[in-house]
Amino acid sequence: MFKKLLFISALLMPQFSHAFCGFYVAKADASLYNQASQVVMVRKEDKTVLSLMNDYQGELKDFALVIPVAEVLQKEQIHIGDNKLFEHLDNFTAPRLVEYHDKNPCEVKRYKEERMSMSTSSAAPASKMKTEKKLGVTVEAEYTIGEYDIVILSAKESDGLETWLVQNGYKMPQGASAALAPYIKQDMKFFVAKVNLKEQNKTGLKFLRPLQFAFQSEKFMLPIRLGMINAKGAQDLLVYVLTEKGRVEVSNYQTLKLPSNMDLPVYIKHDFANFYKSMFDTQVKKHDMRAVFTEYFWNMGWCDPCAASPLSAAELKQLGVFWLGSSTSNNMRGRGIPVQVTRLHVRYTPETFPEDLMFQETGDNQNFQGRYVLRHAWSGNPEQCDAAEAYFENLTKRHEEESRVLSKLTGWDLNQIRKKMNLNDKVTPTTDKWWDNIWK
Amino acid sequence: MNKIATIDTRLWQLGIMAILLLLGVLKRDFSLLPSQIALTFISGLLTQTLFIKFLNIKKYSFLSTIITCFGLCLLLRSANLWVHPVVAYLAIASKFTLRPFGKHLFNPANLGVILGISFFPETWITSGQWGADLTTALWLIAAGFFVARNAQRLDITAYFLMCYAGIFIIIRILWYGYPLAVFFHQFQNGALLLFAFFMISDPMTIPHKRIGRFIHAILVAVLAYIWQYWLYWNQGIIWGLFFATFLVPLWNILFLAPAYQWQPLSGDSNV
Repeated sequence: MFKKLLFISALLMPQFSHAFCGFYVAKADASLYNQASQVVMVRKEDKTVLSLMNDYQGELKDFALVIPVAEVLQKEQIHIGDNKLFEHLDNFTAPRLVEYHDKNPCEVKRYKEERMSMSTSSAAPASKMKTEKKLGVTVEAEYTIGEYDIVILSAKESDGLETWLVQNGYKMPQGASAALAPYIKQDMKFFVAKVNLKEQNKTGLKFLRPLQFAFQSEKFMLPIRLGMINAKGAQDLLVYVLTEKGRVEVSNYQTLKLPSNMDLPVYIKHDFANFYKSMFDTQVKKHDMRAVFTEYFWNMGWCDPCAASPLSAAELKQLGVFWLGSSTSNNMRGRGIPVQVTRLHVRYTPETFPEDLMFQETGDNQNFQGRYVLRHAWSGNPEQCDAAEAYFENLTKRHEEESRVLSKLTGWDLNQIRKKMNLNDKVTPTTDKWWDNIWK
Repeated sequence: MNKIATIDTRLWQLGIMAILLLLGVLKRDFSLLPSQIALTFISGLLTQTLFIKFLNIKKYSFLSTIITCFGLCLLLRSANLWVHPVVAYLAIASKFTLRPFGKHLFNPANLGVILGISFFPETWITSGQWGADLTTALWLIAAGFFVARNAQRLDITAYFLMCYAGIFIIIRILWYGYPLAVFFHQFQNGALLLFAFFMISDPMTIPHKRIGRFIHAILVAVLAYIWQYWLYWNQGIIWGLFFATFLVPLWNILFLAPAYQWQPLSGDSNV
């Protein structure tokens, strides 16, 4: 392991010290999306720590969460997490906008485009065991943890489970029984949580904190089907997967990298969130809402440019990274640590994602980030020197290209973009192919 | 049609695989470098040449080697440049070295992929790379069908697909109660169809007799299902074929029939 670590840091260090390019100016974080859930999955071998954050908007008393789990969880396997960790991880991995200022071409005789390639149990006896023989539902365990009342159920039949849940005050949506059935047949247990209002009052918080649980199972998957029953329209899900070695992808759906590392018109600086949303919408549509998108994959120890500082060893431990020894302290920042973070963004409907998400950790360790570049023009004049003239010629071409890229990525009207960029119609070189607009 | 039928099946396979690779690299975001493709072919063809020279083999063909190289490029992904050529070398070398009962045992691409993901660092298979859209699936089936019509002993493709689909429908749809959409989703996967039409169908490494091929196909399907859905490990079909291959000599002993010979273009080579 040590050897491997040295190897990684030897590879990454030179890049880190030389490669800082541009300043981070904006990010497109999870708050952009309505109906977005965020999940952190920490996975090594067959061990998983799952943290769930729902953007639950309704009355707390109506909140209920049903998640199929592989085993009956002990109280010690369940934990209440901290929203701030999600926020930090979201900020750290969010798509980012960076900006550069063109140098004076007269000073730097040759204008060189600097483009960085970013490729580079102690078994606590369940106290109130009771069996509802008729319904075939067994309460395997019952806990109150933080603001949540939790029961772990096993069931023989989905109808029985649905009836039990209804009888016990859970509002079950139509079609719940059919969605529960496959999990019961596979002998999975159900983790059921609702809010304990008294305990919730004690926290003094207006929101629900994330639930975390640690379990052991060969299944590297995320059950998304149950969540779809009562969803209206498409849902967004952000999955942050923390693994030891490589990029994580979804094995039963296509996993794609979002377009990244392109130059955009500078006016996007104040409209970045809008740009990113439109671009994501366009990509989702392009792939018929059947693909999973990678927004970020990087070592957890460093970033370039950083949208937020890397998470500390303590924060990672809170999220469940159990393999970080005491040797991995904060002074390893800026170097590779044995934690990789993959950020996956899925927009789905029951029709386009008929199956739960299955994951695999690949051997891929090529960094990737959603990074968009603004280049501010030099503000001199063309008569200053020969190089300046050439610079302005190039600049016009660059602006034309930027407008086209933006239009293609977002589906926005090219003329509107050109207007906002104050592009002069006269100098438009007609490099568009005549067939470019036929099938748009 | 008769003229078409006399063309070596492998030329069709080769053309289709070349198109798939091109489409994949250009349109499907395959994380495969042109240099990896080049190195695979250089290594594979060189290995074949050296073995033919060294063993003084008179009748040979490079078509199968090219198909193996295409197969490796379509399936295997690696962060290292050296993995593809080394795997191509091992895959082709296995045809000349692992020959129980006088004929090579493993489908070279299958063995190469298994060795690649088991023993090489930063190497993996992206089974979801084709996406699940219907167009790709239909296109692959059509292309594969053309190949299958034209070749002998490709009945195994149908046996395998029917058996795998049968197991899937009985256990997951009928017994577990998943919606039928899950079945369509799984069977629109390009990787599964690619496997059925271009890997398991290799006539040199499947049983000679129909009954043998039938049993072999069932075994591959059952093992693949267990690997994927009971053990929850990835790449079930690839592993299923690998394990089932060990029994192919047995089926050939139990059910005697003449060994397969490639048709016109290649003469009667068996490498």
